[in-house]
Amino acid sequence: MKKTMMTVVAAATLAAGAAGAATLDDVKAAGKLKCGVSQGLPGFSTPDDSGAWTGIDVDYCKALAAAVLGDAEAVEYVSLSAKDRFTALSSGEIDVLSRNTTWTITRDTDLGISFVGVNYYDGQGMMVPKSFGVTSAKELSGATICTNTGTTTELNITDYFKQHGMEFELVALENSDEVIAAYGAGRCDVFTTDRSGVAAERLKLANPDDHMVLPETISKEPLGPSVRAGDEQWAKIARWVLNGVIEAEEYGITSANVEEMKGSNNPSVQRILGVGDNDYGAPLGLDADFIAKAVAQVGNYGEMYERNVGPDTPLKLERGVNELWTNGGLMYAPPVR
Amino acid sequence: MSSTSDRDAQGTGERTGLAALVFDSRARSLFFQVVLALAIIAMIVVAVQNAAANLAEQGREFGFDFFDRPSDIQILTTFGTWLVGYEAGQNSIFDVFLLSIANTLIVAVAGIFFATIWGFLLGIFRLSHNFVLNSFATFYVELLRNIPLLLQIFFWTAVLRIVAPSERGTYGTLIPGLLQFDAKGIYGPYPVPHDGFALTMYALVVGIIAAWGFGKYAAKQQDATGKQLPTFRVGLGLIIGLPVLMFLVTGRPMSIEWPNFVTEGPVFRRGFERGVGSYIAPEFMALFLALTTYTAAFIAEIVRAGIQAVPKGQSEASAALGLPDNLAMRKVILPQAFRVIVPPLTSQYLNLTKNSSLAAAIGYPELVAVFAGTTLNQVGRAIEIIAIVILVYLTISLLTSAFMNWFNNRVKLVER
Repeated sequence: MKKTMMTVVAAATLAAGAAGAATLDDVKAAGKLKCGVSQGLPGFSTPDDSGAWTGIDVDYCKALAAAVLGDAEAVEYVSLSAKDRFTALSSGEIDVLSRNTTWTITRDTDLGISFVGVNYYDGQGMMVPKSFGVTSAKELSGATICTNTGTTTELNITDYFKQHGMEFELVALENSDEVIAAYGAGRCDVFTTDRSGVAAERLKLANPDDHMVLPETISKEPLGPSVRAGDEQWAKIARWVLNGVIEAEEYGITSANVEEMKGSNNPSVQRILGVGDNDYGAPLGLDADFIAKAVAQVGNYGEMYERNVGPDTPLKLERGVNELWTNGGLMYAPPVR
Repeated sequence: MSSTSDRDAQGTGERTGLAALVFDSRARSLFFQVVLALAIIAMIVVAVQNAAANLAEQGREFGFDFFDRPSDIQILTTFGTWLVGYEAGQNSIFDVFLLSIANTLIVAVAGIFFATIWGFLLGIFRLSHNFVLNSFATFYVELLRNIPLLLQIFFWTAVLRIVAPSERGTYGTLIPGLLQFDAKGIYGPYPVPHDGFALTMYALVVGIIAAWGFGKYAAKQQDATGKQLPTFRVGLGLIIGLPVLMFLVTGRPMSIEWPNFVTEGPVFRRGFERGVGSYIAPEFMALFLALTTYTAAFIAEIVRAGIQAVPKGQSEASAALGLPDNLAMRKVILPQAFRVIVPPLTSQYLNLTKNSSLAAAIGYPELVAVFAGTTLNQVGRAIEIIAIVILVYLTISLLTSAFMNWFNNRVKLVER
């Protein structure tokens, strides 16, 4: 009996010690990356016909896994509701949260998580049935609105209506599918979430063409991945994998030409790909070619965009502000040097 | 195992004092209890230290100061928002906490009340010799108690959506002249009390006390003389008659506010006007219907078992004494059945209250959905908020238990 008690106490003490260990070591030891994704948002993170996760947020996790473990498929996806996502991350259930999540100061400081960057610049939009004949969000006073609980959209919509002196009723549901179902059934007059989300969820309606997205964008929604607060090294890894794939696009490195580009005499390209004496991976605890691995297996940022949400996908979202800064957009990664 | 007995054997040989202790069952049980208690305390201490270390590492604080912060989120119009007078930005997070408790309590109280009535009816149907009633009750119980509750909540949500007219500017009638509904809720009259209505409420209290007093007096009379007084009719007359009389005498100090259906103007102003008349959200209705119908199936079985637990000889003896059937049921069978019914019935009441937390799935703003959901996401104090939610449920459950134990003590067999 005494022996049992000692074992219990020893195990508990060990568990307390393990909680402080580095995420990188945990991921390497487990041989896979635990990535928190959505419950199914087309273009961002959604299972395809064969059950494999796809989307721009999923591609980020794959790139991270490729950079850290050398295998883009070594990812375990954890489907999370908007409400549960931060607790899942801060409690250690997942290693990285890549789930169309808006970066705000409250979330960055109060929730025990740290954002590492932005992989999609978005803004909140609203959808209404065309039959209402409404053309602007300013005509929505008195409307009932459906949205996800635990989101910034829940806060923005209250701000927007108060600011314009309009009344409304809010139905906040936990599951995205429930939100669009409630809207489809007439429980709500308006559906609201990030514009990309509105475009994606609209496709789930019986007659998508009977519904229109209002022109107003009522908020800034910089969506990006986040990691648990308190592990500086892991946050830097997550940040530089994201910066790396954006840099790769800027210098024309794609999944197709990455091997060829390793022979390039452009010093910037050599630094990004970790060729020669360039080793920016070592301080992070990674191989010198960690960005090259991510690009080779998953692609650069532009490839991720076009493959998942771009004009050739069902979402048909133009690059817009998500273009590289060199093309007039906001995607501007700090240099790898 | 073998090593333990070896040691025991050695102990017996060398030190008789210790051996005596080992073989003393009281000392042994005390020893194991102390060890167990120490192990539990050690685990709690480690867990708390672990949590504190992790919070510190993530740079997070522990505390309850978030209660004072303003709440910036719009919350679905329900009993709780009406009670607190909630308006986004004007109220604090503490008010949100209160309104979410109010929403949990209202659905629990309404659910318990109707589930008890419906459950008792079904239980009696189950024992009925009427084939239709009996088969209906059996079918109902077997169907509802074997389907997960969450599924039933989704089912009622879907039913309400399909039945209700979804176009803005159309509505259906639930009870002609009283209740209307559309996809956004159920609308009915709202009684507005005026000055002097308090007198009617006092009359009601006086009526209830008088009816109780008359009941006592009638019982005493029956014991003394054997004569029966019409307790039920007089009681009903006092409880209903007195307030009605007072209401009429004081000049009907109440008006009825009817829902206002708007057909003109901007599209989002058409339909039932907000804040006029009374309103029930479909999320409440779906949850209430699911909790009531589901729990009633369990209560029915408890009632059936309780009645069947009373030996047949009891009803035969009542018949032999010349008691009519209804009196035999009321005075002989039910009081004995209650002894069996009340304890499991308490569990069902507790279950219903706790099950109301499933409402988070359909967006009814109760404790778990709003306070442990929206608020938790706003302020990020997971440990504090979950602890508070646990305490609230514990308090509600313990109060329910205490009341039911009191009731149980009243109905249980008094042994002489």
